Amino acid sequence: MAINYVYPEYEIVRNYDRCINCRVCERQCANEAHKYLSDYNKMTSDDSKCVNCHRCVALCPTRALKIVKSNHTFRENANWNGKSINEIYKQAESGGVLLSSMGNPENYPVYFDKILLNASQVTNPSIDPLREPMETRVFLGAKPDRIERDENGRLKNNMPPQLKLSMPVMFSAMSYGSISYNAHESLARAAAEMGILYNTGEGGLHEDFYKYGQNTIVQVASGRFGVHKKYLDSGAAIEIKMGQGAKPGIGGHLPGTKVGEDISKTRMIPEGTDAISPAPHHDIYSIEDLRQLVYSLKEATAYKKPIIVKIAAVHNVAAIASGIARSGADIIAIDGFRGGTGAAPTRIRDHVGLPIELALASVDKRLRDEGIRNNVSIVVAGSIRSSADIVKAVALGADCVYIGTAALLALGCHLCRSCQTGKCNWGIATQRADLVKRLNPDIGYKRLVNLLTAWKHEIKEMMGGMGINSIESLKGNRLMLRGVGLNEKELEILGIKHAGE
Amino acid sequence: MREGMFRNPSGCAISGIFSRSGKRFSGKCIIDSIATMRDRSNGLGGGFAAYGIYPEYKEYYAFHIFYDSKSAKKDCEKFLEEHFDIINLSKIPTQKVPEITDEPLIWRYFVAPLPTKLADSQMDEREFVVKCVFRINTAIDGAYVFSSGKNMGVFKAVGFPEDVGRFYRLEEYEGYCFTAHGRYPTNTPGWWGGAHPFALLDYSVVHNGEISSYDANRRAIEMYGYKCTLQTDTEVITYIIDYLHRKKGLKLEEICLVIAAPFWTTIENKPEEERQELEYLRSAFASQLITGPFSIIVGFEGGMMALNDRLKLRSMVVAEKDDMFYVASEEAAIRIIQNDLDKVWSPKGGEGVIVTLEKGRI
Repeated sequence: MAINYVYPEYEIVRNYDRCINCRVCERQCANEAHKYLSDYNKMTSDDSKCVNCHRCVALCPTRALKIVKSNHTFRENANWNGKSINEIYKQAESGGVLLSSMGNPENYPVYFDKILLNASQVTNPSIDPLREPMETRVFLGAKPDRIERDENGRLKNNMPPQLKLSMPVMFSAMSYGSISYNAHESLARAAAEMGILYNTGEGGLHEDFYKYGQNTIVQVASGRFGVHKKYLDSGAAIEIKMGQGAKPGIGGHLPGTKVGEDISKTRMIPEGTDAISPAPHHDIYSIEDLRQLVYSLKEATAYKKPIIVKIAAVHNVAAIASGIARSGADIIAIDGFRGGTGAAPTRIRDHVGLPIELALASVDKRLRDEGIRNNVSIVVAGSIRSSADIVKAVALGADCVYIGTAALLALGCHLCRSCQTGKCNWGIATQRADLVKRLNPDIGYKRLVNLLTAWKHEIKEMMGGMGINSIESLKGNRLMLRGVGLNEKELEILGIKHAGE
Repeated sequence: MREGMFRNPSGCAISGIFSRSGKRFSGKCIIDSIATMRDRSNGLGGGFAAYGIYPEYKEYYAFHIFYDSKSAKKDCEKFLEEHFDIINLSKIPTQKVPEITDEPLIWRYFVAPLPTKLADSQMDEREFVVKCVFRINTAIDGAYVFSSGKNMGVFKAVGFPEDVGRFYRLEEYEGYCFTAHGRYPTNTPGWWGGAHPFALLDYSVVHNGEISSYDANRRAIEMYGYKCTLQTDTEVITYIIDYLHRKKGLKLEEICLVIAAPFWTTIENKPEEERQELEYLRSAFASQLITGPFSIIVGFEGGMMALNDRLKLRSMVVAEKDDMFYVASEEAAIRIIQNDLDKVWSPKGGEGVIVTLEKGRI
């Protein structure tokens, strides 16, 4: 056997005074990191198999386990850090592209953390959401450019199709395949209960979930998996996926091992075959082609549903969004470079795209400069981590946000970033029946509802503090934001002042 | 630093008097009314809008302009001559009042757009006038058009409103409607343009409060060609009203439902047809919703509208006596000019009170 150059990044620490050899850790770990040594009546662990997902830690009845970062180290080098060195070892061994999951973990600036919110003092009153109505309802979709009246002078309802949300949050696209049936059920039920929407991703829609159609966005991606007339009709909106923040310019790949009977049916592909989504849509090589797909989908659904076009935030995102706003799309979804994924080439995930805060600010500004901001709503994603991020995104100009990673965290994800292995111990990013059943949708959906309920309270508190009692008045209200530690150029792009100004 | 370079939150007093029969009365009443609320102002701004005061020139746009210098006046007049027939021009009559100092040059022009220029512009007449006003205010340094309607005029300055009224000799004007504003800005405005009312065409707004939706409203309205050069709430509210009324064709009642929209919980309990209309207005004009405290009086040709924010976070009282309609921040400011009232009430938040001239009167 070849020499293994890579020392494990994390170590499993077991307190043998507490371990009772119950073997829960062994049973729970799909990576087989734990083993019972019967000869010694003792548990042992293999650190190299550990992905640091905390499943064993959470289930150990005596708290005998913890995972620590290994302090094993290379000779210090400011240029060649341990990660870079280990990646070279891995590629020298495998000859392959490095794969990763979830969002970009690298140390790029998080602009949300450098923006502060305003509050009322003296010259106008803050509003207490416990005493006064505080409105978070949003409508997504194009707005009419002129009013029309009937013969009696009453306003005609010429409003293009809209999505009505109780708060400016939706669950972003995660396909059935990349995540489990139980994860999908949890998202669908939570969306229905909260009066928001979830998104099928590009894996089609399982028959069991058609009943949540009013709370479903059905996605049409480059692989066209699971797309048929009934599918398009079943959702409240249709999303054309042009790109994804975690892997701009790259398609998708669901390995055949994950394509079991159910997924094969839903995606309309043979069992066991790889589901490969091409990098581009091969019927869209330019903006006018996009327009044709937008109108094809509108024709197919009798102009009753808003069409969302989702793009990854890339360098000329403002111009792209401006083109999309003139292409008949009702909503533009922009996915920042920290957006999650079930699998992406590491180099793409970590080095391509833009921070969503900058992309959002420049798109909102460009659409306003061109007088077409009302043609579309803007939904932003990648990554929204808290209610404060939502408030800041809306104040920068977003109509709504998508959350993916945050929703998975609510379901139990521990961000071990190993989704691509398909061995998710939390039953989320896996198709193995024994693992999927670990996620109980009755509990999962409730945890999602709890998270959004808590966020809604927090959004109301922050709005009330600013003296704003309706989310419409927060949208694009950049005077409510100030930057800290940002340079002139960053402030200019964000369209905000520095703290103290 | 002068107004426009910084955001200047203000507290205020407002007052309005309207004769439904179109009977013209002197500006003295409105001075008496606003003077009663002296402690709601701090001497850093006061002003009036008066309607029906130029009957002999009622076909022409009356431009009131502040000039910082003679050269600004020269540049501006050159622009005016290129775009308008100037029917009459004069200094606006003022008198020296010790409390009012540092006055700019204050001129008045009665103008009509040049037919050829108007035709070339492919705009309707009012849009043409608006464009010209913006052009002067943003491109001609030291010139500022603060009144541009027909048969109406704005008079404003830095000072207490009653002093401003005496300075402009307001008691010598007669009109069917007057509104007034006493300002309590938190910063020194630095120049007279920042005082209120704020006006565009015949729309004038006096406003009390500080709106929390300011930047959302500003960024939305600037998309439609308006330029918020003063950074004041009153300016953006005026543009919103102009946009919704003149450009979008909404009725004033509908405008109230947009800018001080009823809550969703209220809307949901309405009968179906009304519910749909309310939902449509809120959704279609979401960016024109104004939140935070305000009471406003909007003057326009032949009418006046009083409106509070949706939570009624500012005081505002209205009253009637025969054909006269009164509105003020405080009841005392009405009673000082008419104590024998037929009716006095305090409109609810979001409930617009609109009065117009009886048919055929002006």
